[in-house]
Order: sequence, then structure tokens, then C-alpha cells
Amino acid sequence: MSDLLVKIRDLKIEGRSDEIWNPIINGIDLDLHKGEVLGLIGESGAGKSTVGLASMGFTRDGVRISGGSVEFDGIDLLTASAAVKRGLLGKRIAYVAQSAAASFNPAHKLLDQHTEGPVQHGVMSKGDSEKDGMELYRKLRLPDPDSIGFRYPHQVSGGQLQRAMTAMAMACRPDLIIFDEPTTALDVTTQIEVLASIREIVEEYNTAAIYITHDLAVVAQMADRIKVLLKGDEVEEADTRTMLSDPQEDYTKSLWAVREFQRPAKPAVITGATPVVAVKNVTAAYGKIPVLHDVSFDIHEGRTVAVVGESGSGKSTTARCITGLLPPKQGVIEFDGTPMPLDYRKRTKDQLRQAQMIYQMADTALNPRKSIGEIIGRPVQFYGGLSGKAKRRRVDELLDQIELPGDQYHDRLPSELSGGQKQRIGIARALAAEPKFIICDEVTSALDQLVAEGILRLLARLQDELKLSYMFITHDLATVRSIADEVVVMKDGKVVEQGPKNEMFTPPHHPYTDLLLSSVPEMDPDWLDKVLADRGVDNIGDAAVGKMN
Amino acid sequence: MSSVSRIILQRLGLGILTLFIVSIVIFIAVNLLPGDFAQLVLGQGATPEAVEAIRKDLGLDQGLIPRYFQWLGGVLVGDLGNSFANANFASFVGTNANVTAPTVAEQIAPRFEATLFLAGVTAAIAVPLSLTLGILAALYRNSIFDRVTNVFTLSSISSPEFFLAYILILFLAVMNPLLPSLSNIHDGLPFGERLTRTLLPALTLTLAVTAQMMRMTRAAIINLLASPYIEMARLKGLSPLRVIVTHALPNALAPIITVIALNLAYLITGVVVVEVVFVYPGIGQLFVDSVKIRDIPLVQACCLIFAAAYILLNLTADVLSILSNPRLRHPK
Repeated sequence: MSDLLVKIRDLKIEGRSDEIWNPIINGIDLDLHKGEVLGLIGESGAGKSTVGLASMGFTRDGVRISGGSVEFDGIDLLTASAAVKRGLLGKRIAYVAQSAAASFNPAHKLLDQHTEGPVQHGVMSKGDSEKDGMELYRKLRLPDPDSIGFRYPHQVSGGQLQRAMTAMAMACRPDLIIFDEPTTALDVTTQIEVLASIREIVEEYNTAAIYITHDLAVVAQMADRIKVLLKGDEVEEADTRTMLSDPQEDYTKSLWAVREFQRPAKPAVITGATPVVAVKNVTAAYGKIPVLHDVSFDIHEGRTVAVVGESGSGKSTTARCITGLLPPKQGVIEFDGTPMPLDYRKRTKDQLRQAQMIYQMADTALNPRKSIGEIIGRPVQFYGGLSGKAKRRRVDELLDQIELPGDQYHDRLPSELSGGQKQRIGIARALAAEPKFIICDEVTSALDQLVAEGILRLLARLQDELKLSYMFITHDLATVRSIADEVVVMKDGKVVEQGPKNEMFTPPHHPYTDLLLSSVPEMDPDWLDKVLADRGVDNIGDAAVGKMN
Repeated sequence: MSSVSRIILQRLGLGILTLFIVSIVIFIAVNLLPGDFAQLVLGQGATPEAVEAIRKDLGLDQGLIPRYFQWLGGVLVGDLGNSFANANFASFVGTNANVTAPTVAEQIAPRFEATLFLAGVTAAIAVPLSLTLGILAALYRNSIFDRVTNVFTLSSISSPEFFLAYILILFLAVMNPLLPSLSNIHDGLPFGERLTRTLLPALTLTLAVTAQMMRMTRAAIINLLASPYIEMARLKGLSPLRVIVTHALPNALAPIITVIALNLAYLITGVVVVEVVFVYPGIGQLFVDSVKIRDIPLVQACCLIFAAAYILLNLTADVLSILSNPRLRHPK
């Protein structure tokens, strides 16, 4: 076909680890026509980003293209000189990165970074490009389009930066844009407006795009066609509606099914029962900046309280107050009806033992130089006073509980485990203290859906077996739906609404809860259109949140 | 008040406090030096009375604490005291040599000026040179150029300064008489002549300080090359030089500035060997001489100037590092 823009044939890519080149991509074909949007989905490690970058003729350090061909508009990018490629990059092929906050240079103003491409490629003068930039900011519905470009990246919010980056990609009116997980780092209410903006502008300029994401519901809104990758191989490809309604491969079907895990509802809490943890009228501040205002909720034995809200709403701060890491200015924290000293340094060993934490990034929460046995053995020794054989036995018992055989994992280092396994070690370490109560801080956010589901099932089983109580901090409402018993919705450091899960997910809601719920993308290709039609383009995202105040 | 000016004022206050503490340390350390000026000047055959008379005349018979405050009081109004060596105590030993004794300040001023001139010339060569070499080494990292630069700068920093000095004299003054090997500069010398005579010691010092600054520039830039915003700059199709100069360098400035400041401080305080080799009349030689004869006011004044130079340069580096951070320059 004559309007073929990108033609990739039998692409093979290798990555180096310890001086050995291992295959990452094992021969992938990809066609993209002018003005078409292709969704590239798969779990982390599937090679989505690598393929996306390779379609620009670019590889990261330690990665090389070992075979196949990549053609852009008839130009072979693998044999083209560096100068020829530089002439295309930014001008005809642009890139939008996952984290705009990290991908904008902190040392320069937004508009200076915007105009750099057009000026360096000789497409526009600086003045023209600045005017054009403001025009694009206006089209992408950024606030103060005429002045926002004169701010530095740190002065602009995440969702706005992501739109400014889309504008920057558009600066030379490229034929192709690679969107590499552009909304993954954003809150749902912000994500929706970025999605709407991207889709609108891509349609307006008839730009072709490769949209990389692990979120099926998002890709359903954005792509004309979807290609599913698994560990460097293509699983299947079809147009979006066919793919959603009639996936052929088992792997694709399993991806679609992930969100179906749901725990049965538990009977209501007996009135008058003493909660395991009670947060009463807690007010807290970082220095002089107030972060929590009069937060109260209870967590009962064997139950899961999900605390939901956007970034900055005070979810993690509440956890820090409960554990005593951040002593509240006012208020009371009770364990089993007994008020705790607010500062963790004043708590006894037994009081400390009762509340344990599992962290979002298992990568950074485990000491990379200690073996799994040492990591789990430490709290066993500290709280349980066990040593020698008894300690080893207890560690193996804990490893058994998290479904990792002790004899295989005891002596391994964290770096030898996968993301999901590391998170299981984090759970075992929390269990080692034999707590009644565990705070799970976004424990599944960094994991792929299938792996995340495994973790949720494990946590549910442990809760049933050990009568544990969880405070489950998350911004993902699908997770809430699957695991929570009670829900606490937070916004700007205040509790907006709380109650049993079933009540929370059935109308009428508090308007903010409603906004959160309706902003979660659904696996329906028409979902975004419906939301936009319901709310109007100017009433989504930040604007809608702003109206709530 | 903006957060930047508040931070700068804070640092300035801390600098002054540090200087005050350093002045105490200097005073105690200098007075702990073994040997006594009076004893030294009068020789072995001195009568105890004569020694005592000189000590009394110089105020050495008073306690440490009153002497410290006397000295500090003088320093605060710019009076660094009188040098012992030139003091008018000659009458006690039977001669009448000294008539008008120069103050410490008068003795130090021309020497310190010469030191600043040498440091200035060196910095004017070394700083741009090491930044350029560092940027190029980062740009062509792991190439032949990078390796040669590294080996060359490392060997020059590893060689003793007098050795470098004699090598330079051999090549630039003896074999090819381009530059004078003696740097006898004095007041009234025209600027051009003064510069020519300073060039050899300046080049020697350049060899001594370039390595660290160049390697820090290279390392600080390379450290950033894996950042997402550098990848973004590459994916915008910018030239490799532009990626490094406009995207990496501005974010790498803070550590580079700190290392430059440390090296400049070294140029002011640590160049006595080079001064001796080239007979350059800088403050380093004056300092060593005054220690030799236990000329306490002169030693103290030199130490204080060195400390002030260190503190001031580090303060400047701190402030510039803060200013290089847009988050502090432009708060939300």
C-alpha cells in the first residue's frame, strides 16, 4: 500500500547483561499506515518500549538491533547515517515519554524546549515556533496557554506537563509520534483529560501514532488496531473492536480476564466491636504545611479498608501517622482500643510489632546486598527472639506461606527475583513480625496485572488464615473493587466519603467519588466518547476537580 | 524575602561563624608552636633579662586569652598588628637598626596581590581548558581522545609540582627561550611584561589543577546521560554536542562548581613550591619564612587570609550551585 509509513520486518533485538547478549525481541513485523494509531500492549518486559524506540531507529545503551529491517517512509533506518536519522527525529518522528516530569529538562523553560526542535531542524523561526507552541497549548486546553510556556517544568503539574510534551512532539508536525505509556504515571482524573487531548490532536493533524501501554482499557480508547506482545514475541494483532470482543489467543484472553477477581462480601462489622486500628481526628503537617485535616476511620479484625484518592491526597501520610513515623499534630491512634504513643520512638517493641508495612517499590524496599533468608530473618530475630535453626525454620515457614519454596529461595539475592516475587518477600517480611495489622502502600501499582492479581489473591488468603487487617492504599479502583471491605475516599488531606464497598460503588455518591469512579477507563472503545459527551470537554480532569473545591 | 536570598544570607552567616572559630584555632595552634621568638632572635647567649624584656615589649608575657582578644579586636578594625621581625626592639640588643617598622598589612599586601595575580592567570587558563576538555571527553567518551586526555591529566596531577616546573623550564625557557624562567615581578612592571613573567608558574599550576576539574566535568555530564530528558533531547534529533552543552551541562554545574572552587582555593593557599622554584614573590614564601622565625602576627595573618579565601570561595561555590538550580531560582 502506498500510504505505508512504518514497515518493520522480522525485527530482532538483543540486550546485554553481564557481557552476554540475550534476545529481547524475537522477530516482529509491524505495519503502520499514515494517520493510523496502533496500540502496542503487553506486560513489562514484553519489549513494547524497545519496539517503539526501534521504530524510530533508536536503541538504548546496552541494546542492539541484531536483525530485520525498519523502514520509515521508504528510508531504511538501520542503515541510515546518524545525520540522516537526526534529520528525521523530532522533525518527522516524535516521541512522548512515560514521565514528562523526568523527560523535560529541569534547567530550561517549557517553551524553550518546545521551540528547540523546530529551530534546530530549520522548520520555523524561534518567534513563529513560540506562537505555534502557544496555539498548541490552547488546543490541548492547558491553562494560561500564552504564559505557561515561560514556566519551568517543576512549576507545572504532571498532567499539564504530559500535555506540554504532546505539544512539543507536535512542534514540527511530525508524521509519526511514539507515545510510550504517556498516562501511566497520572491519576485517573488527570489521565482522562490527557487521553482526550492526545486523541483530539492526533486526529486533527492526521498523525500516525504507536501507542504503548499496559492498560487495556486505555488502549481501547486510543488505538485503531492493537498488537499484543509477550516476552518479545507477537501474540496476535487485530483491529480494536475485534480484539476486545473476540480475542483468539489464550494469553490475550487471560489479560482480559484479570479484572474479574473479586472477594465475596463479608458480613457487616458487629456494632460496638473494638477496632484493631482506630484513627481519630488526626491532623498532621510537614513542617508548617498542613497535609491531613481531621481524618478518622476504623479498621476491624480480618477486614480490608481501602484508602483511595489521587496523589497528594494524604493516603501515605495517614499511613505514616499510624506507624508513628510522622507524629500527628492532633488526634489519637488506637490499637485494640489502647491509645499509642504518637512517635514511633516512644512505642514498645510489642506496639511496633503490631503494625507492619509493605511498600510499593519492592525493588527499593529490600536491601540488595542481603539474601532473602537474612531479609526475612531479621524481623524474626528482632521480634521473635529466634536464632539458629529455629530462625531458619520460621523463615522457611514464612516462605512457604508466600508460596516460594524455602530451600530454593533462602540464599538468593533480591536481584535474582522477579518483581512479583520481590513483593512476596516484602509480604513475608511483614508477616515475620506476626502483626495483626498490615499497611499495604500501593503494593500492586508497580506490577503487571497478572502478577498483581497473584499478590491480591495471596493477601486475601493470608487474611482469611491469619485474621489480618489491612489498610490498602491505592489509586486503582479496580483493585479496590476486588479486595476491599470498606472504602475511605480522601481528597486534599480530608476524608470525603467512607463506608462499606458495596455502598461506595452504588450511587448516590459524593460528587468526588463519582468523578473518580467515572474517570476509570473501561474496556469499551466508546467509553471516552461517552464520558466526554456526558461531562463536556471542559469538565474533565483538573477542571472538574477544581469545581469541587 | 525570596528563598534564594535567605539561603545566601544563611550561608554568609555560617561563613562568618566558621571564620571566627577558625581564628581561635589559628591563634591557639600558632601559640603552641615550639620555640620562642625572643629566644630565637637573641641566640644561645641571651641573658634571661633581655629575653624577658623583648617578650614584655611584644606582649608575649600576657595570657593567651587577653592576647587573643587584643588580636581579634585589631583584626576587626583591619589592623593585623606589627611584625615581630621588623619590630623596634633593636635597642635592647645594642644596635639601632630599625627605625620605622612596616605593619603586617603592609608586608602582606604586595605579596597577596602577587598571589592573586598568579591564581587569576592560572584560573583564566585552567578553568576554560578543563571545562572544554571535560565536555569533549564526555562527548567522545571511551574514544582515543578521552583516554589520552585522562592519561595526560592524571600523570600531570600525579607528578610533583617542582618536577613539572623544571620540565616546563627545560622546554619553554632553556631549549626554546620563549618565557623567562624567573618570575621576579614587582610594582611598576607593565601588565604585558608581568603576564609574561607569570606565565611559566601559571602553566605549572594549570597542569596541577586541570585533572580534577576536567574529570569532574566529564563524570558529572556522563552521570546525567542516562536521564530521560537526555534521551528526549536525542530523540528530538539534536546534535550530540548540543545535547551535552545545552541539556546535560546546565544540570551538572553544581558538582563542577564545587571542584573549581576547591582548586581555586588551592591556588591561593598551596603554591609555595611553585613560588620557590620560580622565585615568585607570593604569599606562600612569606608564610613559610614567618613560621621559620616564629613571627607570630605574620603567621596568624597569613593563616587568617588562607582561611578566609577558602571560606569565601566555598561560599561562592555554594551560592552559584544554588543559583544553577531552577527549582530554587523559581519557586512554585
